[in-house]
Amino acid sequence: MRLESLARLDRRWIFLAVGLLVMLPLGFGFHIAPVEPSPRARGFFDAIEKLPEGSTVLLAGDYDPSTIAENYPMHLAAARHLMRRNMKIIALALYPAGPPLTDQVLHLVGAEFGKQEGIDYVNLGYKTGNELVMSSMGSSIPRTFPVDRRGIAVSEIPVMKGIHNYEQFSLLVNVSAGFPGTKEWVQQVVSRYHLPMVAGVTAVSAPEYYPYLQTGQLEGLLGGMAGAAEYEALIQRPALAMRGMDAQSLAHLFIAFMIILGNLAFLGKKPAGRA
Amino acid sequence: MKREIPILITLVTGLFCLIGFFVPHPYVRLLYDDIQQWVIVIVGATYVLGVANLLRINLTQVSQKAPDWPYKLVLLAGLIGMMAIGFSEGSHYSDDASKFQWVYNRVYSPMSATMFALLAFFIASAAFRAFRIRSFEALLLAIAAFILMVGRVPIGNAIHPVIPAAADWLMEVPQNAAKRGILIGAALGVMATGIRLILGMEKTYGSGEGSS
Repeated sequence: MRLESLARLDRRWIFLAVGLLVMLPLGFGFHIAPVEPSPRARGFFDAIEKLPEGSTVLLAGDYDPSTIAENYPMHLAAARHLMRRNMKIIALALYPAGPPLTDQVLHLVGAEFGKQEGIDYVNLGYKTGNELVMSSMGSSIPRTFPVDRRGIAVSEIPVMKGIHNYEQFSLLVNVSAGFPGTKEWVQQVVSRYHLPMVAGVTAVSAPEYYPYLQTGQLEGLLGGMAGAAEYEALIQRPALAMRGMDAQSLAHLFIAFMIILGNLAFLGKKPAGRA
Repeated sequence: MKREIPILITLVTGLFCLIGFFVPHPYVRLLYDDIQQWVIVIVGATYVLGVANLLRINLTQVSQKAPDWPYKLVLLAGLIGMMAIGFSEGSHYSDDASKFQWVYNRVYSPMSATMFALLAFFIASAAFRAFRIRSFEALLLAIAAFILMVGRVPIGNAIHPVIPAAADWLMEVPQNAAKRGILIGAALGVMATGIRLILGMEKTYGSGEGSS
């Protein structure tokens, strides 16, 4: 094919190629390369590992189904890691469509480890107000969330006994898709109440949190599905993210190839003649 | 007075909230907590206004058969249908076996994820059609993009371990420096705007109809 004709390439061929490169590895499950955990994922893992068993952890699932491919695997892996270490989980969501996903994660992983809702974990659900909710929880969590997602008063939930504010938590685990999310938790809670924090975020937003990682305000960071896969490797429980890594590897390579090909086509174009 | 009273309210509440952030004394804390609760309630109430506004605008457009009115009809059907299902199930709407959950899991969730997944197709197409290396800066950007795209996935390490190491360096040094600069600049801007608002120097929030 001549370079000139490349420029006229129908974009539907590109769509078809992307579709095949994503679907084939997912469908046939071939394995291209092993997942090597990064220091950021290791920081996330170590932050949970170093907690004493039975500690209470705040798990904020601030995302909705639009970013489910990236956030759900890390949410699931974090819940597995926490429950495997017998942590008490107080979960919430600051995205209106987030609580059902938190429910799914907690019910699924709770069943795997024989944990009971209300005794080992609770989903406080969604509360509007973004940073104000975070700030208000610093004064009183029962006042900010008087009932859990099922409508049960928090005073009647065993896992909420003795939970007043951030002082009772050992760690904040945030799974975030944007605003309100990791940045706001760092600004409102980490800097003010000095609660240790780790975060799992979408790949596109991860660069935003590197300064917090470097200052130690974040102890670990999972960026996108690749970060989730690294974390799955660390907890030795391959799941959704590991399965998606081959598809993502090929898609990334293809996009890089498209940049090169697009520029070759550009070079091959004859300069427009003068009128 | 139409201008002075809102400015005074902003000044008093703004200064109080600033003090409340740093002073943990119970007298300050109690009122500060109450104000936060009021704001949460007010923000919650705006959702009702939002739904009412959405209904008003879209019902009008559907009744007038405005351009793309069938899409607006689908939007209204989704909004009213989801609310009706939720209300009909009362406090059980969040149960795993509820109809609300069924619609969430089988309609809302896949559609929402599909919208995001479409990005992969458009990014690949845009990479081919729009990413033109016309200058030295564009070449640097293309090299950085290539290293990051390949270095961030396991295949990068399989090609050569230098690629993920270079990707990490790019993220942790030049990217981080730029990001920190932007963060500090934005934070200073927010502080300046906050002070201007509290002191009544920023009047845009009170410049609506009838304020003159």
